[in-house]
Amino acid sequence: MSAAQTPPHIRMSNEIAVQFRHRDPAWAAEQIAAHIRAFWDPRMRARLLADAGAGDGRLDPLVVAATALLPPAG
Amino acid sequence: MSLIKEHDHGTPARPGPATVSVEIDGRTVQVPEGTSVMRAAAECGIDIPKLCATDNLEPFGSCRLCLVDIDGRKGSPASCTTPVAEGMKVRTQTPELAELRRGVMELYISDHPLDCLTCPANGDCELQDMSGVVGLREVRYGFDGENHLDLPTDSSNPYFDFDASKCIACSRCVRACGEVQGTFALTIEGRGFDSKVAAGAGGTFMESDCVSCGACVQACPTSTLQERSVVELGMPNRSVLTTCAYCGVGCSFKAELRGDEVVRMVPYKDGKANEGHSCVKGRFAFGYASHPDRQLRPMVRERITDPWREVEWEEAIAHVGRRMLEIQAAHGAGAIGGISSSRCTNEEVYVVQKMVRAAFGNNNVDTCARVCHSPTGYGLKQTYGTSAGTQDFKSVDKSDVILIIGANPTDAHPVFGSRIKRRLRQGAKLIVADPRRIDLVRSPHIQAEHHLQVRPGTNVALVNAMGHVVVTEGLVDREFVAERCEDFAEWERFISAPEHSPEAVEEITGIPAAEVRAATRLYASARNATIMYGLGVTEHSQGSTMVMGMANLAMATGNIGREGVGVNPLRGQNNVQGSCDMGSFPHELPGYRHVSDDVVRGTFETLWGRVLDPEPGLRIPNMFDAAIDGTFLGLFVQGEDIVQSDPNTRHVTAALAAMELVVVQDLFLNETSRYAHVFLPGTSFLEKNGTFTNAERRINRVRPVMAPKTGKHEWEIVCEIAQAMGYPMKYDDAAQIMDEIAMTTPTFAGVSFARLDEVGSVQWPCDDAAPEGTPIMHIDGFVRGRGRFVLTDYVPTQERSTRRFPLILTTGRILSQYNVGAQTRRTGNSAWHPEDLLEMHPHDAEVRGINDGDTVALASRVGETTLRVKIAERMPVGVVYTTFHHPVTGANVVTTENSDWATNCPEYKVTAVQVSPKHPAPARVK
Ligand code: SF4
Ligand code: SF4
Ligand code: SF4
Ligand code: FES
Repeated sequence: MSAAQTPPHIRMSNEIAVQFRHRDPAWAAEQIAAHIRAFWDPRMRARLLADAGAGDGRLDPLVVAATALLPPAG
Repeated sequence: MSLIKEHDHGTPARPGPATVSVEIDGRTVQVPEGTSVMRAAAECGIDIPKLCATDNLEPFGSCRLCLVDIDGRKGSPASCTTPVAEGMKVRTQTPELAELRRGVMELYISDHPLDCLTCPANGDCELQDMSGVVGLREVRYGFDGENHLDLPTDSSNPYFDFDASKCIACSRCVRACGEVQGTFALTIEGRGFDSKVAAGAGGTFMESDCVSCGACVQACPTSTLQERSVVELGMPNRSVLTTCAYCGVGCSFKAELRGDEVVRMVPYKDGKANEGHSCVKGRFAFGYASHPDRQLRPMVRERITDPWREVEWEEAIAHVGRRMLEIQAAHGAGAIGGISSSRCTNEEVYVVQKMVRAAFGNNNVDTCARVCHSPTGYGLKQTYGTSAGTQDFKSVDKSDVILIIGANPTDAHPVFGSRIKRRLRQGAKLIVADPRRIDLVRSPHIQAEHHLQVRPGTNVALVNAMGHVVVTEGLVDREFVAERCEDFAEWERFISAPEHSPEAVEEITGIPAAEVRAATRLYASARNATIMYGLGVTEHSQGSTMVMGMANLAMATGNIGREGVGVNPLRGQNNVQGSCDMGSFPHELPGYRHVSDDVVRGTFETLWGRVLDPEPGLRIPNMFDAAIDGTFLGLFVQGEDIVQSDPNTRHVTAALAAMELVVVQDLFLNETSRYAHVFLPGTSFLEKNGTFTNAERRINRVRPVMAPKTGKHEWEIVCEIAQAMGYPMKYDDAAQIMDEIAMTTPTFAGVSFARLDEVGSVQWPCDDAAPEGTPIMHIDGFVRGRGRFVLTDYVPTQERSTRRFPLILTTGRILSQYNVGAQTRRTGNSAWHPEDLLEMHPHDAEVRGINDGDTVALASRVGETTLRVKIAERMPVGVVYTTFHHPVTGANVVTTENSDWATNCPEYKVTAVQVSPKHPAPARVK
């Protein structure tokens, strides 16, 4: 699947995760979660949480770890 | 207001304390050392006659009109070239001096056409004035001698004429072109009687290197160099002080009018950003404001396939209000939003975000800064605590090393570019990091010490390598770091790892390691080194990371918090800084305060009488994605042509086509309005009343020279839409909006129209602690307390050249045109840039069988367009370049959805493409 066809919330969260790939994973997950919390509209967060639950491997493991730290989007 | 004429002191001011005391015609005056006798006299109210001197140029001493007598000195020296000395006694008026001056004038006049009454400069001619001043009554030599009266006029420039018959060979134009503009397009050819001004190698102005900045026209004391608008319309009779609406330099201008017609725009000497200089855009390209293409009445249509229907304002506004409410009723509060424009005033932008937050009830507001400097906001906030550049423009006068990364100031920020050039001619050293050999790398009297020809997309690898050299070669300012910063130890460990060394990244960046080392040593060892950067930094998938990388570099070397240093974004549009300051981002209220901050929200909730959403809203690219998903259906777009300017045109148009209501407020029907249901006519800067904030955080007044041609101010329209949606929003005038901004936003606390009218301009923060504003930030401490070092891993962009798309396309701007070109294309500026061209290295062209001027297809994985090629040695092999000023080229048809990881700022600077020869065909989307 090309980048253009990847749903935006997956593409963008994976792009964030890649910036932190050399950092301590727990710390990275915290940073990613804080970033998404601060900058993402709730409907994008909701999609991300739904996909993280689906566990289909499209999300970077750091993103999956970060979603566990996000409150449910409301 | 009558015509404003700034006093001409004859020669430039000298820096330093006024310690030298002189007596001139019995008056005593103290001036700094090095001041000319002429300037000292002017400062105590005595204007010595002059022709070749003017106070923005170094004295030249050629006309001999300014002679004075000085006690104890022989002869009568020229006062413009004679510096003062302690205790000097000067006489400027004696019968002998009067005789000498009359003689000088007589010679000039004997070789000058005597058509004063019909001359366009009548009343604004220093030769005419001086004849009066010296009391010239007769010309003994007659007018029959050898003269220059038959010399031809050069009308090649679209904006000004050069009538050589009127030239007095004072060389002010030549010096202005060199000293002020730094282009050196003019020379004086020949000697004595034969001397005459020549453009370039003796051709016309248009054939020369002239960039039409107007400095020579301004400097010319006669009507030899004259704006054609003055020839056509006559001398103006009143001035209105205002601010250029093109780029982020924010030059101050006198709009000079005759009645209600703008005759010319003349740069204002007291303008702090430009100090009397201008570029071709602000100086001459204002004709778009009265262009017949302007749409002056509102229009509505049900479907985007229907024809437009002109309606009254009431109907248009009621329609927008009703449809927005219907969309919200059907799809939820978050289904609508707005985009504010960096071309509009602070006041106009503030009301848009207020409408979105208070009337729409969400945070779906964003601004075109998303696509240019949002990474600046993010990166500088993370590291320094505030989303703005650290210096004023003047600071560069104290820089010893200037590092320019991904910016092309001579084209995109011309007046600041001239200032940089002046500093470089004084001896400052230059490092340029750019894939292209921009003009600054080598131009008259300027040669960069290092041109780091970085491969597009690898900036972070470069800045890390520079950080590595600083740390491993002992170039860290340990004292600064210990006192002022945090997280340094971790950064030091990170950056000293061998994978960041210049040798290790040479393959990635394409820059020889030794060159990176030498450039870094130069930057780090300078007394004052400054970084200037542009969209070549921000418009990348790691734009924000790069901003933080540069911030790290400046902190590590102690280059923050005084004159001559700092990290400075060169903002593209006139009010990018202001539109960001005004709370245009979906996560920030005015003053860069997060929407989740209860206290800040509380301030606005109390004043606005509405509960505000604590969740961030959609950014522009998210709006498009949500539109395609069907959750975002109504959009208000203020003065921005998103279809032409945003990346991946196909995606943008699909999103707009999927919306139920698109409202465009603009001067002209543009590409975006093809997808609009409502068109609300906007006002040009000549009709606006408000403020713009330039790249140095300077808040400048924009004053109207005429009433809105549309019948309504843009802020009024926005208020009325809010009212139509049931939210009471009303102001008496724009000044009241600024008062509200000052009331709610601490960094603007001391700003009001009255204050600005009094002091001219201020740089925020402007509050009780800094009532005069803040030219330089982070002097005693960073805004966030300690400056924070951030680790900046280099992550390559996903956009890579492939066998199918082997070249990298990068985009940019050209001097004479401005962004999507809606304004400049409707002026004489198109004489310089009638079309977008694709610049290409000769090798890349040759292997494809492409010649200069050929029409080619430019294709990426998302689209294809057609344009002509310009073979350019300044391009590196493998990289092509174009501009996006013309809709027919549609350069953004090929740019992709890739964006900065932190801010979604599009990656305009890196697109993998292929170029192939082709016969002409229009742009199309795959
Ligand atoms: S317009 Fe500017 S660039 Fe052109 S000749 Fe005059 S001073 Fe030089
Ligand atoms: S063109 Fe004007 S400024 Fe230039 S030398 Fe002639 S008179 Fe002086
Ligand atoms: S430099 Fe910028 S602000 Fe100044 S005149 Fe040119 S376009 Fe206008
Ligand atoms: S003004 Fe001094 S010599 Fe011309």
